Amino acid sequence: MAGSTPASPTVDVAIADVPLKARARHVTPWTEAWRRFRRHRLAVVSGVVLLVLILAVAFGPWLWHVQINDIDFSAQLQGPSWAHPLGTDDLGQDLLARMLYGGRISMSVGLAAMSVSVIVGTIVGAVAGMARGSIDSALVWLIDLFLSLPQVPVLLVIIYLYRGALTAMLGPQVGIFILIVAGIGAFRWMTVARLVRAQLFALREKEFVEAARALGASSFRLVVRHVLPNALGPVIVAGTIDVANAIIAESTLSFLGLGFPPDIPTWGRILFDAKDYLDVAPHWALIAGGAIFLVVLAINFIGDGLRDALDPRRIM
Amino acid sequence: MTRYLIRRLLITIPSLLGISIVLFTVLALAPGDPFSELATNPAIPPSVQAALRLKFGLDDPIPVRYMHWLVAMLHGDWGFSFVSRINVDTLILQRLPVTLGVIGASQVLAVMVALPVGIYAATRPYSFFDQVAGTLALVGFALPTFFTGIVFILVFSIYLDWLPFVYRSDLAATGLQWWWEEFKQSIMPIAVLGLFQGATWTRFVRSAVLDVVRMDYVTTARAKGLAEGGVVMKHIVRNALIPVVTLIALQMPIVFGGAIITEQIFRVPGIGSLLISAILANDTPVIMAVTFVFACLVILFNLIADLLYGWLDPRISYR
Repeated sequence: MAGSTPASPTVDVAIADVPLKARARHVTPWTEAWRRFRRHRLAVVSGVVLLVLILAVAFGPWLWHVQINDIDFSAQLQGPSWAHPLGTDDLGQDLLARMLYGGRISMSVGLAAMSVSVIVGTIVGAVAGMARGSIDSALVWLIDLFLSLPQVPVLLVIIYLYRGALTAMLGPQVGIFILIVAGIGAFRWMTVARLVRAQLFALREKEFVEAARALGASSFRLVVRHVLPNALGPVIVAGTIDVANAIIAESTLSFLGLGFPPDIPTWGRILFDAKDYLDVAPHWALIAGGAIFLVVLAINFIGDGLRDALDPRRIM
Repeated sequence: MTRYLIRRLLITIPSLLGISIVLFTVLALAPGDPFSELATNPAIPPSVQAALRLKFGLDDPIPVRYMHWLVAMLHGDWGFSFVSRINVDTLILQRLPVTLGVIGASQVLAVMVALPVGIYAATRPYSFFDQVAGTLALVGFALPTFFTGIVFILVFSIYLDWLPFVYRSDLAATGLQWWWEEFKQSIMPIAVLGLFQGATWTRFVRSAVLDVVRMDYVTTARAKGLAEGGVVMKHIVRNALIPVVTLIALQMPIVFGGAIITEQIFRVPGIGSLLISAILANDTPVIMAVTFVFACLVILFNLIADLLYGWLDPRISYR
């Protein structure tokens, strides 16, 4: 579709500057990708920010010993201070401790939902791409159907209907966690499925796949060894963006008061509690919302950087 | 065009059926029984319970129950709300215009932001404007609507005290004053939703225009000596909009999700806030109906997008 104009204004300089010897040096695809990724400054900065946040929520609760449910009515709705670096909420509970705890949940929901959507999407896409014919059309119809389902309302309905049973079976924390992860994953697999299916369509008649088939490779081996590695780049990018989307989805549910139970402070839940005290304690809402925003923005920038880095056709 | 329209309308039927099957399956597989209260009520003998279950067909196999439900829905018999005892369809019809108004106005706002910014940025790629617009679009895209809504309330209602943060459907004013009040209370919900969509669409428009700008026919048009404005509007934008319309149609489910949140934050009495209050009150008939209405709206907007698509690209409608 694109014409002959280079993808980047620096293309000629970049090729001319590299000496012949250096060009011949062997680099693995991953070193090459890393080299390209580093050139996207915002992506690198975002990577550092995200790493710091992940380390903070992973190890913070060991360094900051305040309990998330220590109620202290003498310190209600306070701004940041030495005793409470991020201030306190309406019950005098320490916000730093709650944010660290909530970050663990929000981020693990994001990662888990991403894994669900990538796994389901890869399987559906691979089956559709290999099966052809009526199975393929049925799966494509299913993909289109899921793309046109309104996600937030259906997710709310699923949580409303199944919350009680799963809570009774697995306890409030684990039950809701599984429900939310499965629900979010169930509405996010379509992008990956389309990518994998498109890649299978593009590659399955190629010579190297024919050669592998002639050598007696099974369909499963063909897909896993020869086709899927070629779809890895776009799937990694889609998966990265999926983490951000899942974090937003979880926060949305909690913000509507229908996610995790009230005593589990996820970031969306903290924002939900804070919104009634905007006039007296704006820091409360800004900290929770700012954290969600920062993580989502960082992940999106990283996704942008990865898109540049993992697309070998793009000249940098 | 008429044949294209008819064909497109026929394609929506399987989608609607599919969505209704998904929704019904979710409901049917859910644990819990609408008659569980009766079972624990000692005043109702088991024989009456059994008769009631038989009357409402609760022990029929799921496909039979689905057919009953579908026929009732098609007849306009949507049941009544457990909470307010009002028929579900009346309840939804009361709320629907507000939701459509907010969504429609925000889409107009989004288009008004995305088209000029995206086109201007793409015709000057890698310029200062392009980079600023690109970064802002990514920031706007990463800002969840519930957070923007709260920041807007904080800035415009609490610090500046310019705009009311609760949407009132019972404004006391009349005439011009009423319109002014209505306008003031609608700005924030529309802006929150519209700017979020605008940020996403700006990215779509920019990359689509960038793809078209380098095509040979654009160079030809310029070589013929056509005015730059005409080349941009007639040769570039019209062709670039074809993939943009598809992407916008794919975004519709997200728009409705955003509408639910905005309605909830600003207390706008639309079907989104109806859904949330129904869920909090365990009002199953309303929940199912509102979800189905949302699904129908998504399909409707997809249909509109497809019609636009046929207008933008005549090759499609004649195929």
